[in-house]
Amino acid sequence: MKYQFDFSSVLAQWPLLLEGAWVTIQLSFLATVIGFVLGALCALGRGSRHGWLRRLVGVYVEGIRNTPLLIQAYFLIFGLSSVGVTMPILAGAVLALVINIGAYTCEIIRAGIESIHKGQLEAADCLGMSKLQVFWHVILRPAVERVYPSLTSQFVLLMLASSIMSSIGAEELFGIANRIQSDTFRNFEIFLVLWAIYLALSYMMRLGFWLLGQIVFTRRRKLGTPL
Amino acid sequence: MTHEQLTYLLLGAVGTLELSVLTFIAGGLAGLGMALARISPVRGVRVAAAAWIQVVQGTPLLVLMGLCFYGPNIIGIGSVPALVAAALAMTIYSSAFLGEIWRGCIQSVHKSQWEAAECIGLTRWQRMAKVVLPQALRIATPPTVGFMVQIIKNTSIASLVIGFAELSYNAKVLNNSTFQPFIYFGCAALLYFAMCYPLSRWSRTLERKLNATRG
Repeated sequence: MKYQFDFSSVLAQWPLLLEGAWVTIQLSFLATVIGFVLGALCALGRGSRHGWLRRLVGVYVEGIRNTPLLIQAYFLIFGLSSVGVTMPILAGAVLALVINIGAYTCEIIRAGIESIHKGQLEAADCLGMSKLQVFWHVILRPAVERVYPSLTSQFVLLMLASSIMSSIGAEELFGIANRIQSDTFRNFEIFLVLWAIYLALSYMMRLGFWLLGQIVFTRRRKLGTPL
Repeated sequence: MTHEQLTYLLLGAVGTLELSVLTFIAGGLAGLGMALARISPVRGVRVAAAAWIQVVQGTPLLVLMGLCFYGPNIIGIGSVPALVAAALAMTIYSSAFLGEIWRGCIQSVHKSQWEAAECIGLTRWQRMAKVVLPQALRIATPPTVGFMVQIIKNTSIASLVIGFAELSYNAKVLNNSTFQPFIYFGCAALLYFAMCYPLSRWSRTLERKLNATRG
């Protein structure tokens, strides 16, 4: 059997695809920013003096990291709507993604924080820095700098995983593609086009994170190496 | 939840395990090939493997599933069973990630070991099989066990495009007929957790042991 490829009917829908890609970018951007803040707070909580807070964050992190995003999204979205809590579908998608990525970010940042030498904290204390200053300049920034590569690849994975949000009805790139698929019946072509768009998005994202790293982390010496 | 519904969920969990084991075996073999190709002495092979890994790691698993589901029909093999399509997509996906993990492990074996093996006149394959890989295996165990957790979780995506009847799919079916999402998705989450958490713990223990012996 010779299959006749027909991309024209798919590519004719480019405004829709573009719109979907834009929603995917928005979803990923919001989830990355809010998830980063949540993750940083959780990393802080995991090193807290209070046992209950440490345990609470521990349960959250282990619970999320050992269950699939799909089930989390179903549980959250369908669960909430079954008890009468409804929200715009994109807000729900962002919420599910944030809860998911927060746990991963927490673990990554915690690893960064643990790699910071005790002497640094003592030195900061000696300099009379306030608690907030110590947290920002001595703990968080160097920690994030150290784990920046794993952090950013986790965020790229998040963008790719946002396609799962189509299953709870979010009209992002994959959801839009499903719609085009049912209009044109060009299943394979759709998936090839999707593949190309997601690849382009992930390269753009990596480039963006690289640029951001160049701007935020200005030191040229590799962290942790002797002067 | 009735007895039948629980059985149905557990049946789904069996499907999840089936797909995970298949993926781990096939993906492991493909990943090993990928890791060896990444450090091949032939430049072309190295570049091709690196490109493969880059491309697969930039593709959502959901899209890979779609390509593997509709692809065989297009190239004339005819339609494949859902399990085969899902396992194929998961294998491609795992090969890229395991390949990259294992390449790191192989390269972290001390350089002097490679040189010593060369000095006593072992061929490249003997060097790999008898000197480097056994040592790399020890380093590779914790992240590999960690990746098994990823595999189990990612099988849930097979329920979407392909519609393979695993745990998430069955939970969705039950929810669609009963509208009790907290119960069914909660149970599904617990079942996933029961499969993944021991592996996560095991991975961490292995890592601690490895650090202790190397420390």
